[in-house]
Amino acid sequence: MVTAVTSMGRSGLYDWLMQRVTAVILLSYFLLVGWVLLGGVDYASWKALYSHTWMRVFSLLALLSLGVHAWVGLWAVFTDYLTERLMGTTGNVLRFLAQVASALIMFTYVIWGIQILWGL
Amino acid sequence: MKDKRPVNLDIGTMRLPITAWTSIAHRASGVFLFAGMAVLIWALDASLASPESFAALKDCLASPLFKLVLWAVVAGLIYHAVAGVKHLVMDLGIGETMEGGTRGAKSVLVVSAILILLAGVWIW
Repeated sequence: MVTAVTSMGRSGLYDWLMQRVTAVILLSYFLLVGWVLLGGVDYASWKALYSHTWMRVFSLLALLSLGVHAWVGLWAVFTDYLTERLMGTTGNVLRFLAQVASALIMFTYVIWGIQILWGL
Repeated sequence: MKDKRPVNLDIGTMRLPITAWTSIAHRASGVFLFAGMAVLIWALDASLASPESFAALKDCLASPLFKLVLWAVVAGLIYHAVAGVKHLVMDLGIGETMEGGTRGAKSVLVVSAILILLAGVWIW
């Protein structure tokens, strides 16, 4: 069973670093959005915020970070609980299916986000 | 991973320390958030598409069920973020002893509980 082949960077240290870099990006993005929402928004001010190029870039960066972060995190969860040791061959099949499903969902989130941000 | 790697611990038979529970909750909240992101992205879509969809989203936010869903996602986000910051603090070499770990786990629970309550007050 070669689980490392589906890890983000094929190396634990790389995954460890990416998990932290993307975490800091996501934390700063959610703090910014939370701060803006706490201040109260109407459609005009909210739309104006998201029409800035920097905000669109930051949002896309957060979305891509979400994909990487979720991949590393879900990989850790799947390779711990959906395993050959716990459920025999079924574990390998379930883990593969779970990884395919999560990859599809992440891809959808990113494309959906691009549509929203650039109003396609 | 080697095929015949020995497994010495059977977690199911052990009484888990508080650090284990906060760690499991960090994982569970992460899995939950992966699904919860769909709600947030959907809300972002509605909030930006047009003034009408923005108004419709605001109406939606008035329903108790939607408030509950939003609070659940925000609660997951808060817990996951606080537990994540604890990891970053530990990466700096702070609180790596058993007592430090226990203190860190308790701090995560207290801080996130307060923030989740405040978020609930803000949503309602």
